[in-house]
Amino acid sequence: MNSYLKSKRGSKTDPGQKYKTKHEPLIHITKRTSVSKMAHLGYTLIAIAVALVFCGLLVTAISGIDPIKVYVEMFKGTFGGEVTKLKSYHSVAILLAISLAVTPAFKMKFWNIGAEGQVLMGSLAATYVMLKFGPYLYESMLIALMFAAAILAGMIWGLIPAIFKAIWNTNETLYTLMMNYVATTIVGYFIMVTDKSGHNNLGIINERTQFGWLPRLFGKPYILNIIIIAVVTVIVYIYLKYSKQGYEISVVGESRNTAKYVGINVKKVIIRTMAISGAICGLTGILLVAGTPTPSMNPDLVGGQGFTAILVSWMAKFNPLTMVLVSFLIVFMRDGGAAATDALKIDASIGDVLTGIIIFAIIVCEFCISYKINFRGTKKGENK
Amino acid sequence: MKKLLALLLVAAMIFSFAACSPEKTKDADKAPEKTVPDEVEGMSMDDFMIGFIFLHDENSTYDKNFLDAAKAATKAAGIPDEQVLIKTNIPESEDCYEAAKELVNAGCDLVFADSFGHEPYMIQAAKEFPDVQFCHATGTRAHTEGVSNYHNAFASIYEGRFLAGVAAGMKLNEMIAAGEFTEEEAKIGYVGAFPYAEVISGYTSFYLGVKYICPSVTMEVQYTNSWFDITAENNAAKALIASGCKLISQHADSSGAPTACEDAGVPNVAYNIDTSDLGPTTAIISSKINWEPYFAYIIGVMLEGGSIDADWTGTLATDSVQLTKLNEAVAAEGTAEKIEEVKGLISSGELKVFDTSTFTVNGEELTTYLADVVDAGDYVGETEAVSDGCFNESTYRSAPYFNIIIDGITVPEA
Repeated sequence: MNSYLKSKRGSKTDPGQKYKTKHEPLIHITKRTSVSKMAHLGYTLIAIAVALVFCGLLVTAISGIDPIKVYVEMFKGTFGGEVTKLKSYHSVAILLAISLAVTPAFKMKFWNIGAEGQVLMGSLAATYVMLKFGPYLYESMLIALMFAAAILAGMIWGLIPAIFKAIWNTNETLYTLMMNYVATTIVGYFIMVTDKSGHNNLGIINERTQFGWLPRLFGKPYILNIIIIAVVTVIVYIYLKYSKQGYEISVVGESRNTAKYVGINVKKVIIRTMAISGAICGLTGILLVAGTPTPSMNPDLVGGQGFTAILVSWMAKFNPLTMVLVSFLIVFMRDGGAAATDALKIDASIGDVLTGIIIFAIIVCEFCISYKINFRGTKKGENK
Repeated sequence: MKKLLALLLVAAMIFSFAACSPEKTKDADKAPEKTVPDEVEGMSMDDFMIGFIFLHDENSTYDKNFLDAAKAATKAAGIPDEQVLIKTNIPESEDCYEAAKELVNAGCDLVFADSFGHEPYMIQAAKEFPDVQFCHATGTRAHTEGVSNYHNAFASIYEGRFLAGVAAGMKLNEMIAAGEFTEEEAKIGYVGAFPYAEVISGYTSFYLGVKYICPSVTMEVQYTNSWFDITAENNAAKALIASGCKLISQHADSSGAPTACEDAGVPNVAYNIDTSDLGPTTAIISSKINWEPYFAYIIGVMLEGGSIDADWTGTLATDSVQLTKLNEAVAAEGTAEKIEEVKGLISSGELKVFDTSTFTVNGEELTTYLADVVDAGDYVGETEAVSDGCFNESTYRSAPYFNIIIDGITVPEA
């Protein structure tokens, strides 16, 4: 053993290596220049398929349940049956709306991770109006006021960090993150002082009077929400892709100095874009409260979707139309996973594990498409 | 930006005008009515499906208690596993309504939910699916809501808590006799979830049980504002122990408080499950509601026909109120005998838990109290609950309505 170690140590001072002057790392990463869109899609699909197979094996290993059964249950839990389907479309719409909201800011390289709080403040404003003015206003005025209040509240919550960033160059990541906690606490406090039952739960807002509940279209819940969000999606797509302001956002995102050089008022763009981000969050906030069959408010209302939205926005490369697909995938995994674990009576955490694996596979795939990993010894010329 | 704001406002107006409803009706003013439950025609076992909605999963002592009872009752009734649907981790929000709807769509004829905050969502679902029976534990509204397929259930758990209090009192007396502290220092701590009737009634009956044995006892309460928060419950218990509490009990659903007690070597009385594995040297006993009799009852009605009570109260007699196995290693000598004795007195009616001669409120005996029995969302009491020298808990409604802070109990300032 000793002699082995010695010989190994000895090999390090091998004269052959002494002359290698240029240090080459074991791994280094280079960017790939061109991958066609079709190939890109193909690789992504393959990655998802591999992840699904791996997930199946994992589930079988843990619980002994046939993986096919898990996927069937996941599908049934999201797109099986009229009611579930509608509910899933709504979940997709809400996640999409929040993703849309963070996107303009992300394109500008403003890391808004405060969507959670911005949506929550929108919900809170809508709830407050519902409770406070419900009995005194015409339903149409009440709902208009709710929309205005929610959008304004979301906007303000987004504007505060934006103004600080624009003027004092504060770190927006920390700032928006902290604003989430402030919002959660404000909502908790609001519920504590508003709820007289002592149970810290508002229950269904205006349960007996239904004041401020958004109307059901075609006699079905959620339809109005889905339509509103579909319209917003198209608007955001056009805004980012074809409007002058959308172009300004991209320029600021690429390089602030370039933007300054070509005469773009960077401060104004930052503030304006965050106002839009916040406003869409606020809009989502009211839909989450008043647009559901049982309007209710609690600090956990957004349920971390403000963070999931970041993932959706990134995975879709900030393209609103791709976000629709990504939102579908996330909702399928999240809600389907929960439904499957319930139906098969296995631990709920397994659903999260599966979601994690699939998302990980997609991210790794994205990475490998965009970059090439070179190991020591690969010749430079091999890079595409 | 102004343009954008204006645009959004206009959009909001358009949407809302489209939704314009002609008049505002005020259902809230409607007088509450006595609910007449549905007459259920019996169905065959092959067609019957039952769905359960639980706030958490088996990691919560509260939900585990329900889960175990649900499994035992459905097994005893011979319902095949495929006909029993269980949804866990359903929060007290719209998710509950969605879960109920999903269970109905999956074919359930009876849907049960276990947490107080599930109630409005269950009522909503019950209104939407009049052919399905909805049962809800710990709720307050079924008896006056006028929704014939919606039912509440609870148990006279205050009797169980009183008995658990007796065990705690015995332990305190033993510690006083051993010279660990004086009678005046006999203070106990209570970790409660929320400051509302179910919790207040629970700790008051527990306190009265302790006081029955150890008259000098006082109690300090801490709320966690959550049904399940291991850290908060653990911290609350630690804070109580630090402030001089000699024994801890709790009405919150995690292992937080029992673990803190075991770490500090302070005796603990638990709720809903046997915690002697968490605290082999500190856990004395737990009071619990056994839900099996209720589940057996509702399943029986569904299969054989009849109607489910709008408001069902389990008692010591129905075996709904139980105590877990006494941990002899911790409990004081003679505890088991004492519990049996007091249990006999309660069963025979000789001893009333909320006997108004045993406690005072602001220094005076309680002679009248309007309890909020009819839950119309107003939080105003309307039912006289004190008569014949006793506060009649769970008499006018199964869910507790005793929400008075009595002398000897300190609660945090609101």
